[in-house]
This record gives sequence, C-alpha cells and structure tokens, in this order.
Amino acid sequence: MSVLDPIAPPVVLPDAFARWFAARGWAARTHQLELLKRAREDRSVLLIAPTGGGKTLAGFLPTLVELSETAVAERAGGGEKKRLVSTGRGVRRSQGLHTLYISPLKALAVDIARNLETPVAEMRLPIRIETRTGDTPVSKRTRQRRDPPDILLTTPEQLALLLASADAPYLFGTLKRVILDELHALVTSKRGDLLSLGLARLFRLAPGLHTIGLSATVAEPDDLRRYLVPQPQGGEALADLVIARPGAEPKVTMLEPDIRDPDSYIPWAGHSARHAYPQIYELIKQHKTTLVFVNTRSQAENIFQELWRINDDGLAIALHHGSLAVEQRRKVEDAMARSKLRAVVCTSSLDLGIDWGDIDLVINVGAPKGSSRLLQRIGRANHRLDEPSRGILVPANRFEVLECRAAIEAVADNAQDTPPLRTGALDVLAQHVLGTACGEPFDADVLYREVISAAPYRDLPRADFDATIDFVATGGYALKAYERFAKIKQDRSGRWRVTHPRFVQAYRMNVGTIVEAVMLKVRLVRSRGGAQGRTGAIGRGGRILGQVEEYFAETLALGDTFVFAGEVLRYEAMVEDELYVSRATDDDPKVPAYEGGKFPLSTYLASRVRNILATPAEWKVLPAPVREWLEIQEWRSVLPGPTELLVETFPRADKHYLVCYPFEGRLAHQTLGMLLTRRLERARLRPLGFVANEYALAVWGLGDIDQQIRRGTLSLMDLFDEDMLGDDLEAWLAESMMMKRTFRTNAIIAGLIQRRTADRDKTRRQMTISTDLIYDVLRKHQPDHLLLRAARADAATGLLDIRRLGEMLSRIKGRIVHKPLEHVSPLAVPVMLEIGVESVYGEAADALLAETADELVKEAMTGVSGGRHGGSKLG
Amino acid sequence: MELAGARLVVDPAGVLWWPAERLLAVSDLHFEKASSFARYGALLPPFDTAATLARLCEAIMRYRPRAVLALGDSFHDGDGPQRLGERDRDMIAALQQGRDWIWVAGNHDPDPAVGIGGVFTPELKIGAVIFRHEPRGAAGEIAGHLHPMARISARGRSVSRKCFAIDADRMVMPAFGAFTGGLNIRAPAFMTVFGALSFRAHMLGATRLYAIDAARCLPDH
Repeated sequence: MSVLDPIAPPVVLPDAFARWFAARGWAARTHQLELLKRAREDRSVLLIAPTGGGKTLAGFLPTLVELSETAVAERAGGGEKKRLVSTGRGVRRSQGLHTLYISPLKALAVDIARNLETPVAEMRLPIRIETRTGDTPVSKRTRQRRDPPDILLTTPEQLALLLASADAPYLFGTLKRVILDELHALVTSKRGDLLSLGLARLFRLAPGLHTIGLSATVAEPDDLRRYLVPQPQGGEALADLVIARPGAEPKVTMLEPDIRDPDSYIPWAGHSARHAYPQIYELIKQHKTTLVFVNTRSQAENIFQELWRINDDGLAIALHHGSLAVEQRRKVEDAMARSKLRAVVCTSSLDLGIDWGDIDLVINVGAPKGSSRLLQRIGRANHRLDEPSRGILVPANRFEVLECRAAIEAVADNAQDTPPLRTGALDVLAQHVLGTACGEPFDADVLYREVISAAPYRDLPRADFDATIDFVATGGYALKAYERFAKIKQDRSGRWRVTHPRFVQAYRMNVGTIVEAVMLKVRLVRSRGGAQGRTGAIGRGGRILGQVEEYFAETLALGDTFVFAGEVLRYEAMVEDELYVSRATDDDPKVPAYEGGKFPLSTYLASRVRNILATPAEWKVLPAPVREWLEIQEWRSVLPGPTELLVETFPRADKHYLVCYPFEGRLAHQTLGMLLTRRLERARLRPLGFVANEYALAVWGLGDIDQQIRRGTLSLMDLFDEDMLGDDLEAWLAESMMMKRTFRTNAIIAGLIQRRTADRDKTRRQMTISTDLIYDVLRKHQPDHLLLRAARADAATGLLDIRRLGEMLSRIKGRIVHKPLEHVSPLAVPVMLEIGVESVYGEAADALLAETADELVKEAMTGVSGGRHGGSKLG
Repeated sequence: MELAGARLVVDPAGVLWWPAERLLAVSDLHFEKASSFARYGALLPPFDTAATLARLCEAIMRYRPRAVLALGDSFHDGDGPQRLGERDRDMIAALQQGRDWIWVAGNHDPDPAVGIGGVFTPELKIGAVIFRHEPRGAAGEIAGHLHPMARISARGRSVSRKCFAIDADRMVMPAFGAFTGGLNIRAPAFMTVFGALSFRAHMLGATRLYAIDAARCLPDH
C-alpha cells in the first residue's frame, strides 16, 4: 500500500492508551493509529512525517500496546513468573528483548528513553526500557545480555557489537520489532551500510521480526522501503509506506539588504555574511527562540563572536558545533530544552536531534546547499503542525543570493534532493564478515544470501563477496603469502571461524565506520613574547578553545598565525596532543582560515541556479545589486544557457586566465582543476595554479590560452573531454593526497590497520606503517585489490566527487560556449577574489579585500583594466 | 660532496655512490617488514620486499657498482630471511652476480643470515670513511638507523620527505625500504649525532635533492 488514506478504518486504541491521550488533551494522530494497525498485521512500515508530527511516539506505540497486552494476558493467566533469568545459550524466557530502537545519535537514544518513561510510568505499564551506548558501564552491559530489557535503545555500532558475540542468537531470538529513527540520515553513510548488514542478520536470528523506519521527507521513499525489509533473490520487496499529513507550508524568505542603510551591499565573495549581523541580531530580538544554522565551524565561531559584540541587550545566545566538548554541547541542549536560550548558532550538529517546541525562527546563513537539507532545518522551527515554520535565508555573497532564490522556489515546490541509496561499501562488508565470525562460525553460502538480502548489497556479485572473505582471512593478495597468519579459517565442516581470540578483541575495539581525523586540542597559553622571546618558557594550563584536525596543524610552523574560535592565534608549541596557541596581535593571519566540513551544492539546486541565470525574467525578484551584476555580465560577456558551460578567457597582469562555471560544488571543481592543469601543461600553456569555489573554477598560467584556441591548436571540446577521467585521473590519483586520505579510511574500516590497539606500551608510531606507503606499494603491485576498489568507489562520491564531474562533462559535451574577453567579467569576480585571499579576518584584512574587490569590480563594470597598477594582488 | 677526503654522490633515490670505490650504499632496507607485521594480524601487502628490490635494481643498473653495501637493518627481523619469497630470493642472488655484496649488521638483522649470499661485517672502514649502522657521531662516519626525514612548510602547506642528514664530517642515510617511515631530523637523536643544528637535510625530490638547513626545518608534532 502507499499513501495514508485519511478515511482509513479506525483502529481501536486500548483503553489505557485512549485514557492517557485524553488526559493530556491529545487525540492519537491518524498516522499513529495507522502504524499500530500495520504492526498488528505484522507489516514493516516506513513512516514519513515532518518533525513535530509525533513520529517517535508513532514508532513506539505498537510496541507499548503489544507489551501492555502481554502483561494483561499473563496476569489473567495466573501471573506466571516471567523474570526468569537465563544463565546460558538456549534457555529462553517467555519474554525477552521485544523492540530495538536504533538512532544515529547517542544523545537522541538517551533522550527518547527518557521521554518514553513518561507514558510508561503514567499508564503503569510493566515495561523495562534501557539504553546501551559507548557510555554504558560494563556491568550493565553484561547484565543486559543475560537479562535484556523489553525495549533497548542503541546505536548502529552497538548493534554490530551485540551481533558479534556468541549470545546474539539468544539475545535477539525473541525480537519482534526494530525501530530505525532518522533513517533518511542513516542510509546516506557507511553507518547505513553497516546497519543494513546488521539488520539482515537480525531478520535471520528473529524470524518474526518486522521494522518501522522513521524518516523526514526524501526524494525516493522506495529506497528506504527496500532498506527496511529483506530483499528476495532476483526480486524486490518493499515495506509499507505511511505518509503523515504534512504540516502547514513553511514560510521561507530571503534577508534583503537594509535599504535604509546607505552602506548596504551584497558582498562579491566570502562566506562571513558580516554585513547582515545587525539584521540577524534584530531578528533574534523579535523572536522567542531562534536557531541560526551555518555551514562551517569557523562561520559558527565568527557569527557567535560578532553577535555577542553587538549584544547590548545581553540576550542568551549560545554556540553549538561538532568541535566543542560533549559536555559543552549537552549543556546548550539542556538550556534549549528548558527554554533558557534566545538563540543558538549551530552547524549540522543540530540537523538531527530532539524536538524543541519553542523555536519560532530558523535563520540559515550562507548557501542552503540542498532543498531537503533546508526543509529539514526549517522544519526545526515551530513543531506545532498547524503553524507554519518560519525560515529566513541570509546569503553571504552574490552567487549565494542566486542559490537562496533557487532554494526558496524549491521549497515552495516541496522539491526533494536527498541522495540516492548507496551501493554497500566493500570495506564495511569486510568489517561485518569478521564481526560475523566473531559471533559464531559461518557458512559462506549462507552469509552471502544474508548479505544480498540487505538493500545496499543486493547487487553484490558473489566474486566480490568471496574476495572480501579472502581479504579478511589473509589480506586478499595475489601472492598467497599469509595462509599461516590467517585471521579466519575454514574448519572441517567448511565453516569460517576466527583463529585467535586477539582478532575478536581487535574487532571489538575497532568496530564502526566513523573514522575521525586525528584531532588536536587547541589550548590558549600566554605568549612567550616577541620574536626575541623564543627561548622563554611557555605558559601552561590555559583554557581549551576546541579542536583542529592534525593535518591542519601539520601545515603550521612555529609563530604562524591563524583564525580559530573567532580570534587570530599564534602557534606556540606542540605538547603531546595539544596545540599551544597565544593571542596574536596582528589582524592578518598568515595561514588560511581553518574550515570545518562542507557539503557540496546539490545537483538539483545547481540546475535551478543555472536556470535563473539563463532566464532574465526571473531576475526581477532579485536584489538590485545582484540584478545589475547579471545585466552587466550579459552586456560585457554572456550568460550561459541552462545546459551550457560558459568558458571565459582573458589576460590579466602578465597571466592568462580561464574561468568556467560548472556549478558542481567545490570538490568536483578542485578535481577538474587538477585535471585541467595537467592537460594545459601538456599543451605547453604553462599553468601556474587554480582556485575553485562552489560555482566556478579559475585556472591561470603563462601561456595564451585564447590565442591557441584561435589558432586551432587547442580545442576546448578536447580540453573538457570526458577522457580526462581516464589516464589523467589515474595518473593524478597516484599522488593525490585526497585519495590517500580516502584510502586510509578504507584501510581502517576494513581492519587492515587498527586505530585502537590493546597494546598501550607500544607507541603508535612504532606499530604503524603509513597508509600512504601501503597505498603506493599496493597500487603498483595489485591495482585491483579490494581496498583500492573500495577507495575508488569512495573517491567517486567523496572528497574528489568524480561521479559528479563525469556527469557534468557528459552533460556539456558540444555545449561549451567560449567567450574571449579583454578583461575579467562580472561573473568571474567572485572566484577571482578567492585567489590568494582565502583568509579574511578583522578590519585590516577586510579593507584589503574591499580594495582588491573594488579594483576588479571597476575593471569588470567599466572595462578599464586595473591589471597595470594593482593586479599583483591577484596573481 | 666530500666526506673524510672521499668524493661521494648523494642520489635522490636515497642511495650513496662512491665513484672511486665503485661502491653503492643503501641503508635500512627492512626486507619482509610486511610479513613481520602479518605475524601479529596486520595483513599488510606482501610486496614491500619486491618493491624495495625493484628500486635497488634500478639504482644498480644506473651505477653498475663493483660493490653494494647494505648499511644494516636489511631485514626487519631475525626471521626475515626465512620468510623471503622465492622470487625475491632469486632477485637478490641475481643482483649479487658479478659484484661484492656487503651486509653491515644492524639492530634488527640476523648475523649472519644463511642462504642469501654476500659477506657480513659489523662495520666497514675504507680509508678515513667508516660505515656502521648506528651512528656514534664519529668523524668520517656514514650511518643509517635513524631514518632521517625533514619537514618544511610554505604557503599553508607542509611537505615531508626522507633525507640525508649531513654535516662536514658525517652523514646519516635515509631508509631505503618501501615500508620504512621517518624520524624527524629535529628529534633529539640527531642532536646526539651532530652535536648542534649545524647540519643540513638533503630532502629527496623526484629528480633532485633539496638541501635545507636543519634549523629551517620544522620539528615534528
């Protein structure tokens, strides 16, 4: 069945529940009753509901009802004592674990457990609810295995651990239901792959099992419906779909520049949105509680600092992002839950999580990146369904104005652009294979059938599965050198079993798919003084400002300055795993700003942005400076059609530039930049560098690109041909740092190297071989090795975004519009501004940026070259 | 370059060539490092010996040495020679054809190893030059053991490379083995050898060496 019929036959809610709802002045929602009905029919269901739609209660209602009915039946049957504790395998109680709840967030599992206690206590239901996370004490974990609760709330990693133990069949044999919360978020990552394999195992261990998936609106609900049920060989099975009545349409607008302010403008480049801070502050003042979403940690830091600088009313404004200490984050969440805050500046760290009823405004600063992401963020405002959520978009630069405009239209169409279901990763499969053997010996044929019943792995060829087993056993090398060191071996009956308990221990310590970069704490200390004071002692014991990735710290030399936690800091020393810094006096940091993670612009929004560019009729809703910008672009250069790729070439200050506008996101553009540079090198155009942003790519060099095109010695069609994804890509991958970083993740997930070992006395350095070296050797000697295949698959969508680049190259074939220019064009200004001025901080830097920007703008708008007098800053 | 009166060539491949003696020196080959790890469950690619030998072969073809000197830690552990694959064993034998082969003892090496040819010696003195595995900082000393590596930073990027660490009187050679890591030349061990930051790192580039004062290189994190 599909969408919920509003006049579905009524489902009878048991008296106790009906009274409980009534006592609270609630009525059970239609989708809640519908889920109850489906569960009674032993159906697996996907529930799509907006936040605040009573989604969680809907998911648990069938379980609460079933457990209360069992209790009533038992009391009627003479109160047979059911708290019989099993002492080993095979002994079963009449009741065991009934429902498993899986959440992507540990904190969410804990909160849901707390919230569930309320109805259970008020209805006096004899139901035991417990959580199991990384924080659960060992004694409690042991007891949970022996004497499980009725409902257990946990995470995908903990489920993997539970499955990798000998008592898994006992523990899960009684399981009736698995509830998967925030399923839309889980399935997009390797955690989703791992969970799908765990789910396949659960379906085998518990024959009566069915699932409930809870999800926000997604582009392809069928992907999730497949995920929730075992896939038959050669066929397809779908869970039922229930779609809750959507809430009121969200009201989304764009923050317009304040026309009363004579200095108001929309920046050409940059991501700070500094011009809008006073307006954001006013909005916070006018609303009860505001969530201010940004895309990166450094943005969050900056806005937070700046809002406090102008916080004359002393509003309670808090900060929340992934680099902050956990206790700090929990404190903010608690204050939020108690309605103590007026605003929280946050990153995607608050995309998921518990519902807060009091939020009446969501502000999204910067590019929205995707329609679904934006809808989910805005959905966090106003959880009363009948009132519209209110969202305000704050573009930080002109291209972001276009992106915000596209996003507003997409939201109005309720267009979804969530990514399609993943193809299950081989490194995750390798981890699961070892985990399975840690539980009990397995038969390869049986396990293969189980694995391909998981939706992400349904098309896994048997040969790949066998290669994975071979990898787990002996490393999967063409040279059969390691038979005697095998981790798993076949016993006489042909079943694979672990050869040594230490491999079980290693598995348990390394389970999971989240490979975090090594982080270093940033500690503020007193400076050792000026340049002469280098030998003085470093002050100790200052406060921790947060964390940075080790690879960022590696780029720093002593005395370098950089921006973090909203301040310019000087690198003073490295002490164990801490980066000692002091406050720097200069306003101009030497090292580009530290940026946290970034999401690429969704393909869907990108195509909408291209459409806006190509349709002047749409410009009238844009702010005047942006409209004027596009009009002058049309006059001085050209605006590309929705399927075209515009390539501009122009000279500037002794160099020749090529700027193109694929709108495919920074990652894909960086890969394109790498590959174009190689090709220009071959064409003897002596390329010097490139810079990419979300929308455009600029490449420059000493050779006259335009002249070669005119002479016919260079063809743009050839330059942008898809064949760059062949040899050029291969050659570049051999040395790409991004590829090596990807490979490291694969090696850790697949268990080739360990991130944690029990051997504490051996230092990590002694026990590890750099994965870069392993990558080099493996690539040369066995290029088709399982892990290299896994790394290539990841590179296609991850740090290199090769798939998206490929799609773009095929789309623009024969549709390249070349525009040779005398000067930089208005459209090129934003990406040109990123050359060499990636770090922007404080007044001095802003002034520099403004100066450079003015020069470029003048040149673009008037045609007077600034290259002679000020161009050096750009080249 | 000159050391203790001998004219020597340091090569970006990480090898040392002594034209007058027609001697090619390499250090810290660490053959069978991967299989050593494999014994403890880290099933690393078993191609490291072959990869190391291929690079060594390339250097030998280039210089056609009369003698090859392996400056210690040629095997990652005492059982390394037994684990050598047949092809790698044949390769070593082929490289030894028609020239002297000297295995200087290291701290990881079996001494002497049977069945792999060549002569074994704790150290080797030629004129005023002395080859030994662990550096003592003596004048005229050419050593390995420390796996020198240097790091610099420019334009917000950091670059690390293996290097020769050299001053007027002594040198520490980079590790040649495929799976060998590096120790930053700003580590205290190098101060013990050179006494001061007065040495230079000759960082290995693709086609040439880059000589940089040790004082300008960055310490490790």
